[in-house]
Amino acid sequence: MISAPDVVAFTKEDDFEEEVYNEPALPEEYSVPLFPFANHGANPWSKLSGSKFTRDFILISEFSEQVGPQPLLTIPDDAKVFGTFDLNYFSLRIMSVDYQASFVGHPPGCAYPKLNFVEDSKVVLGDSKEGAFAYVHHLTLYDLEARGFVRPFCMAYISTDEHKIMQLFQELSTEFSKASECLKTGNRKAFASELEKKLKDLDYTRTVLHTETEIQKKSNEKGFYTTQAIEKANELANVEKSIIEHQDLLKQIRSYPYRKLKDSEFQPYEPECALDSADTSLEQVSTTSNPDEPDETHLYARIPSYTPKLIKAKSAKCFDKKLKTLKELCDVYFFTQTLDQLNQIEKTFRGDACYLLTNQIGRELLKQQVITNFLFEDIFLLEERPVEKQYGGCPESNQDTTYAKSLEEFPIPKVLISLESYKSSVESVPIKMDQETEDTQEAEETEPIAYNHQDNLEYLDADLKGSISSGESIEVLGTEKSAAALTKSESQASLPVQPSPQVVRSKAVSKRTISEDSIEVLSTCPSESLIPDDFKASYPSAINEEPYADDEEGGLHFDPNPDNVDEMEGNSEHENLLPVDSACCIGKESPNFIDPLPDQAPKFCNEDGVVSIPPQPYKQVDQGFHVNFRDYSTHDGVPGGLLMYELDPHYLTSSRDTSKMSLDEYSDSTSFISSTASTGLDRTPSPAHRVAHFSERHKRKAGQNALRFIRQYPFAHHAIYSLLSGRTLIVLGEEEAIVKKLVTALSIFVPNCGAYAKPVKPWFSSPLHIMDFQKWKLIGLQRVASPAGVNTLRSLSRYSRYISILDADSKTLRCPLYKGTLIPRLADHRTQIKRGSNYYMHVQTFLTQLCSKAFLYTFCHHLHLPISEQETEEAVVSRRMNFLKLHLGLVNEDIKVVQYLSELLKLQFVQDPVRGINPVLRFDYVPSFLYKI
Amino acid sequence: MLRWLIGGGREPQGLAEKSSVQTIGEEQIQNPYTELLVLKGHHDIVRFLVQVDDCRFASAGDDGIVLLWNAQSGEKLFELHGHTQKITALAAFPSSDACEEKSHLILTASADRAVIVWDCDTGRQVQKVSCFHSTVKCLTVLQRLDVWLSGGSDLCVWNRKLDLLCKTSHLTDAGISTLVELPKNCVAAAVGKELIIFRLLTSRDGSEGWDVLEVKHLVDHQDNILSLVSVSDLTFATGSHVGELIVWDALDWTKQAYECNFWDSPLHPDAQQEIKLSQNQNEISVQHLTSDEECVFAAVGKGIYVYNLQMKRVIAFQRTAHDSTVLHIEKLPNRQLVSCSEDGSVRIWELRERQQLPAEPVPAGFFSIWGFGRANKQANQTAKKTPEITTTYSLDLIGDLIGHSSAVQMFLYFSEHGLVTCSADHLILLWKDGERESRLRSLTLFQKLEQNDGLHLRF
Repeated sequence: MISAPDVVAFTKEDDFEEEVYNEPALPEEYSVPLFPFANHGANPWSKLSGSKFTRDFILISEFSEQVGPQPLLTIPDDAKVFGTFDLNYFSLRIMSVDYQASFVGHPPGCAYPKLNFVEDSKVVLGDSKEGAFAYVHHLTLYDLEARGFVRPFCMAYISTDEHKIMQLFQELSTEFSKASECLKTGNRKAFASELEKKLKDLDYTRTVLHTETEIQKKSNEKGFYTTQAIEKANELANVEKSIIEHQDLLKQIRSYPYRKLKDSEFQPYEPECALDSADTSLEQVSTTSNPDEPDETHLYARIPSYTPKLIKAKSAKCFDKKLKTLKELCDVYFFTQTLDQLNQIEKTFRGDACYLLTNQIGRELLKQQVITNFLFEDIFLLEERPVEKQYGGCPESNQDTTYAKSLEEFPIPKVLISLESYKSSVESVPIKMDQETEDTQEAEETEPIAYNHQDNLEYLDADLKGSISSGESIEVLGTEKSAAALTKSESQASLPVQPSPQVVRSKAVSKRTISEDSIEVLSTCPSESLIPDDFKASYPSAINEEPYADDEEGGLHFDPNPDNVDEMEGNSEHENLLPVDSACCIGKESPNFIDPLPDQAPKFCNEDGVVSIPPQPYKQVDQGFHVNFRDYSTHDGVPGGLLMYELDPHYLTSSRDTSKMSLDEYSDSTSFISSTASTGLDRTPSPAHRVAHFSERHKRKAGQNALRFIRQYPFAHHAIYSLLSGRTLIVLGEEEAIVKKLVTALSIFVPNCGAYAKPVKPWFSSPLHIMDFQKWKLIGLQRVASPAGVNTLRSLSRYSRYISILDADSKTLRCPLYKGTLIPRLADHRTQIKRGSNYYMHVQTFLTQLCSKAFLYTFCHHLHLPISEQETEEAVVSRRMNFLKLHLGLVNEDIKVVQYLSELLKLQFVQDPVRGINPVLRFDYVPSFLYKI
Repeated sequence: MLRWLIGGGREPQGLAEKSSVQTIGEEQIQNPYTELLVLKGHHDIVRFLVQVDDCRFASAGDDGIVLLWNAQSGEKLFELHGHTQKITALAAFPSSDACEEKSHLILTASADRAVIVWDCDTGRQVQKVSCFHSTVKCLTVLQRLDVWLSGGSDLCVWNRKLDLLCKTSHLTDAGISTLVELPKNCVAAAVGKELIIFRLLTSRDGSEGWDVLEVKHLVDHQDNILSLVSVSDLTFATGSHVGELIVWDALDWTKQAYECNFWDSPLHPDAQQEIKLSQNQNEISVQHLTSDEECVFAAVGKGIYVYNLQMKRVIAFQRTAHDSTVLHIEKLPNRQLVSCSEDGSVRIWELRERQQLPAEPVPAGFFSIWGFGRANKQANQTAKKTPEITTTYSLDLIGDLIGHSSAVQMFLYFSEHGLVTCSADHLILLWKDGERESRLRSLTLFQKLEQNDGLHLRF
């Protein structure tokens, strides 16, 4: 509503559906040459120019370990959308900037695999030749069968408009993070159950092997071992090791959510509806799962019906086996949730950047009009606030707030003036490319770690080379992370600046790009850089972020974050703690997945003295966590977060800056929670997006109808005056469609009485009562030609002093006279505005002005209260009238409009927070007149 | 209006019937009530309203619930449940001077033959008496003696602690319909056609000393006494079902004036007597009486009559003040008279004095400005036959309040907070002066601003 209609170019596709008014053609000599791409249905504002696709879409790709980068699916799932655009090629492009998948199953110094809970990375890159620009969100999912247990994926929002991507980066990043979080949650769940199955298999295998060994031992009395026996024993040891490894993995994956949930504001990850369905689906299969366990663990409930299989000793990774699909990786439910989210993202970001930005600015400005915006603004915008509060025990941590904060940093008005300036403030520092870097080197560095297998590397290498040999060049224009981090570190040197791995990595990226290619990495931004560094998520307990990067390039760190230091200390400590235990037993105990506390850990000792690699469960850095975990599961009903805080000694000791740390955690958990919330939205589509989308259409329709109304009815002013002055307008008619249309048209003029529903009743057919006029300010009333109908009309006649009546059938209006000057401007029947949405905007702009007048009037102290003791009430009244007339320039009935709005403002402002507003019906004893066409 | 709505030609019979009621247009400059609050809570006809203190009132009705409201905000304070049947009488029992603790009590009597005392500050039932043989139809508080009376088939006297001090013998099955306090510890009770005067013998020593004596039987009314009002310390008035109005001396219980047929007395000759008798009884029954020092205001059928005590005649009247029977009238301190009626409307009247030259004829067309042809025939019939009197009175309509969809049973006037009306449509409406409310809200707003330390806007 803030945005004037002329400022925004309406390029939303929906707008084209409206009827087009034919304008007289211009003479040839005045006409401007046509926009060259006009025949594609394009408009000058979109950057369709060189691109092969017509509208934005989302692409999900995977860097498959078998075939390399491949596109998996697009949203919308419609071939028309991306047209001839080469998805394969683009997938290669976007996956090639992923430096995230640098995972190694067995980090040196650790004898067992470790899961990395890697943060997603966010990159903006562009291919100017293709005319495609993309926000790329890299994430890794766990797969037991995959190399290093991880599979790199990415979601990319692809648009033809570079500016759009850059400007909406934060929003995109937020939304995609939510989607990614959803995907990863599902993945963790699936991974955990996969691990459990595997463990069962292993256990079974071990039992089998053990029996075999025993038999061999018995048959062999000579005291020496046959090669067979040793082989068996080794195999057994291997299985043992494998079991421990897998137990460990399971523990790691299970502990993940708890790490997130360590906050006092514990909120289960899953939304209610999701939980329900998940539970029901799980309940069918899980009977053994402990009901006392918190909901999260339900996700990882065991599946008892699983029958273990014997695992072959040499289960070498074979490359012809079929990798799991994304759906299998992520649990169907979460997968569909994510798809829904992505669809929503696509819908939200559809259209021209200018439009989106204006909307965004409008929304931001609206938030500042706390006092007045309930009057005419859409309800959904106002409802965002309570949601915010819900999560906002610590308001700073809220994403919205951070977002708002960042907006404050980049003042909005600037954007209005020049989008460039906005951009420049966000934009990254361009990094000069190293033109001399060799292709091969680049390829090696692209996936330097993940590819152990020579053949695969070669395969990839060849693939990369192939694309590179096309004679194009990749240019990294800049990495936002590094830029952001740099600016941060420069400006706030005193503040601890987090992570470096990302910086390091992005540097690596910039190094490995080749000059000739046309792909430009516009910016890369690991998730943290979005959030101001102070709010950065850190997982002090367990996340071992990229130990490789740490180890290799630790010198580059400029990160004095105490958490990280702690973490590193923990690491080193932990490494020291790793004794090479030569005594290893082939265990008899059945593995207990949760149990192994260091002291209770079963001693594995091999009676036979067969030396094997000492399997030792990987100890998480903070062991207190395990305690918490168990405590938590036993004390159900106790707010988990608090308990953990109290019980976790490590946490307390490690947090040197407790408040800061809690903040960190907070921010993380909020993002976590908010993603939960958004996953939950699908069943009950509410606040922001869906409603916004719906109301967009509604607005357009309402605007169109209103336009028609003011053109058609010469007495429209009087009707609108009735609405604006709080007099209930009744649209009386026989046909529902006609009445409803009029109601829709007029509803845009109805001020809300509170932040609840619009006081509009589109269709009603029984006699009206006094309460109805209090509740509704616009009523569509059915005219019935029956005795019952007479009653309805009688009630109208009876209450005629409170209402205005618009007879849709005879096209007459009975209402008080309006002689002011405001409404003619609002509803000029000769208006040049032709589009419904434009007119809607016009009305909103106008109403905002009106609101500001009402605001001024309401909150001017001396207009309502005497300045001095002696002053009489009459003096105040005359001052009030003077103000209205002279300062606000109101004439005649306009005064009443402002006064009515002012009353609403007062009521809203002084309302009791508990009891709410007592709705009052205000009216005037003024004569009504009958108007006819 | 209705005709316009329905459209020409389709107008059903009966709707076209012109009402002879004086009406006022939509423009009512003198009507201050420009804001209303709907108070919902009752599930049946709301019949009684009683003021508890400056800002609270209680309502009761056929649903047996007693509700306590804040007259300023319209907030429901308490819901008092205790009666199983409809409420038949409601009275406030203000704290007496003798009583130290300030407590606001209300008494309710119900068809379940119980009387309950409620504490308005806590919303709790203080005590309940259910030893009555019949429904208590009226409750009167004699504040001077700090006792209250219940009138049913007998008259009982109670003290604040709900001790039965004394009672009369069984009077009639019909029982006492109304009670009014008279000087010298007397009360007048209307029992059917009779008016019985009781005298209370008090003693300060204890409950034994109390007694109630029947002092006098007055049988001057032809029909049931419907209304009983104390005008001053010296006079009280009664009105009956057949339209008799008797003004009594409160000390010796003699008739001061007897006014019958006054519904059309001044103008209509006696020849119309027969016509009058054929009239519906309801149209002439004295439904309610109220008074100030000078006049008794009687709601007679659909009309309102002003009877001047000094002049001993009706000085002004509106024969059909409402479309239907007037149920309650009240004289407000500001010279306004408010009436409510079965037709669901509340009307505000003003008794105006006019100096008139004796020779000048009464402006016959005075009321015709309201646009009703027949109005001039009957309206403004004030004191025509006494040309020597130069002052004429007229009862002018200055506003009407339309909100209820059914009979308005009663109303209550708060000088601060406006008018409360209760109705058979289960609603209570709070009519307020819009200007005043707006000012009050502004005041609250700035107070709140001060508390909050200004607007917390994120600019």
